[in-house]
Amino acid sequence: MYSDKVMDHFKNPRNVGEIENASGVGEVGNPVCGDIMNIYLTIENNVITDAKFKTFGCGAAIASSSMATELVKGKTLEEAWEVSNKAVAEALEGLPPVKMHCSVLAEEGIHKAINDYRKKQGLEPWVEKNPHSHEHEDMTCEH
Amino acid sequence: MGEKRTVYLDHSATTYVRKEVLDAMVPYFTDHFGNPSSIYHIAGVSRKAIDTARAQVAKALGAGPEEIYFTSGGSESDNWAIKGIASANVKKGNHIITTKIEHHAVLHTCEFLEKNGFTVTYLPVDKYGLVDPAELERAITDKTILISIMYANNEIGTIEPIAELGAIARKHKIPFHTDAVQAIGNVPIDVNAQNIDLLSLSAHKFYGPKGVGVLYIRKGTKIDNLIHGGGQERRRRAGTENIAGIVGCGRAIELATADIEGHNKRIRALRDRLLAGIQAAIPHTHLNGHPEKRLPGNINISFEFIEGESMLLWLDDEGICASTGSACTSGSLEPSHVLLATGLPVEISHGSLRLTLGNVNTDADVDFVLEVLPKVVSRLREMSPLYKGKHGGCNVQ
Repeated sequence: MYSDKVMDHFKNPRNVGEIENASGVGEVGNPVCGDIMNIYLTIENNVITDAKFKTFGCGAAIASSSMATELVKGKTLEEAWEVSNKAVAEALEGLPPVKMHCSVLAEEGIHKAINDYRKKQGLEPWVEKNPHSHEHEDMTCEH
Repeated sequence: MGEKRTVYLDHSATTYVRKEVLDAMVPYFTDHFGNPSSIYHIAGVSRKAIDTARAQVAKALGAGPEEIYFTSGGSESDNWAIKGIASANVKKGNHIITTKIEHHAVLHTCEFLEKNGFTVTYLPVDKYGLVDPAELERAITDKTILISIMYANNEIGTIEPIAELGAIARKHKIPFHTDAVQAIGNVPIDVNAQNIDLLSLSAHKFYGPKGVGVLYIRKGTKIDNLIHGGGQERRRRAGTENIAGIVGCGRAIELATADIEGHNKRIRALRDRLLAGIQAAIPHTHLNGHPEKRLPGNINISFEFIEGESMLLWLDDEGICASTGSACTSGSLEPSHVLLATGLPVEISHGSLRLTLGNVNTDADVDFVLEVLPKVVSRLREMSPLYKGKHGGCNVQ
């Protein structure tokens, strides 16, 4: 059911762990829904120099976390903000439709971590351009 | 690199076809292919084969051969029992009693009837998955026309007090159906002693072929047909008989019920060692289902802080075939309705694993799972944000 790329990132996840004193942390998901992602970013001079994650969830959730952290490393915050869930899914060579919410969660985790950093810096948090919760209503957990 | 081994631990999903069963079936694909409804001599061979299989099934259930009907499987049998009783008795009443932990073949059939004017009571279960007979009796009304309660649960393996539940149905003169798909071969079944009026079976759960099942219907039960057409199965279930499948079903049930005690002893010993090994090696687990009143091959266990599908993927990578009641495998985000009915918290039910042992399993299989599973669980826990703060103490028991 999963692409080779998903299985690779599931079996050999990149960037697992936490960052102590991270510049920004994004915690998304809910144990009741069956997936939680915590994203940790180190940001220096507006550039993400390190990214790590901890995830409770299915194979697609772990692979999405791994890929999303890979994609944002080395990017400026503006560039990283533009990494969409579709970009994560495409980089994984596709996700089954029912698992697309995992890539959405990864995008939200990155956004939340960036805004956590911005708030700590006394900056206005950026606004989500395309809130996903409505777009994926049929897939969101109702609990 | 050696050949990857396969350890099959999903016997509740399906079983292989036993050699003796396949051998019995093969001639009916090739040599004895005659349509049993025809008049010439080769049709008689087919008819006789079906009679033999019917007698084999009847003997296994303590029933009469005229009460055994062959179907396409467990789902058809459940559909027939429920829809057939409902439509034949609609003048008497429109109330059906079942449970929250039934197979979807029962639950979705009941939901279909609810859309068509019937009311259904879904009995709760206790934390072990047991139905309370007193609760059943309280749910009965003068409109109740059917009680359908599974013999043994497919996910958590809990064996229900069927004789007692059946006695209550009998007392109130309400037909009692049980889905015994998981129970047969594991529990001695006697439809008379256990007050069963209708009973569903599926051959591929007891080392028979897929695509054939049984509905036992007690003589005198008022039930409508589900499949209309020709006069097969004494005009009750139309369609040219799946002769080879029926022959396989008969032979398989004969073998599966020949030595239930011996089978249970062997499978239970393996299961108990596997379960004890898992519980000793892995902290923060919950055994789902009843500690004793459960199918001999069933383990259903939840591992806190991790999710079931990721466990299955890793196990599969090691060659272990297992299943889970967790959301992701079925493609829905809802966790198992059975685990939720037992009151297991949703977040823990996501981390459930079902291992069902059967004839193919050996001590070496148990050793292999005990080597692999703890590593899989700890690998996933290491990357789980829920596992925070559990380090240090986690490996010390």
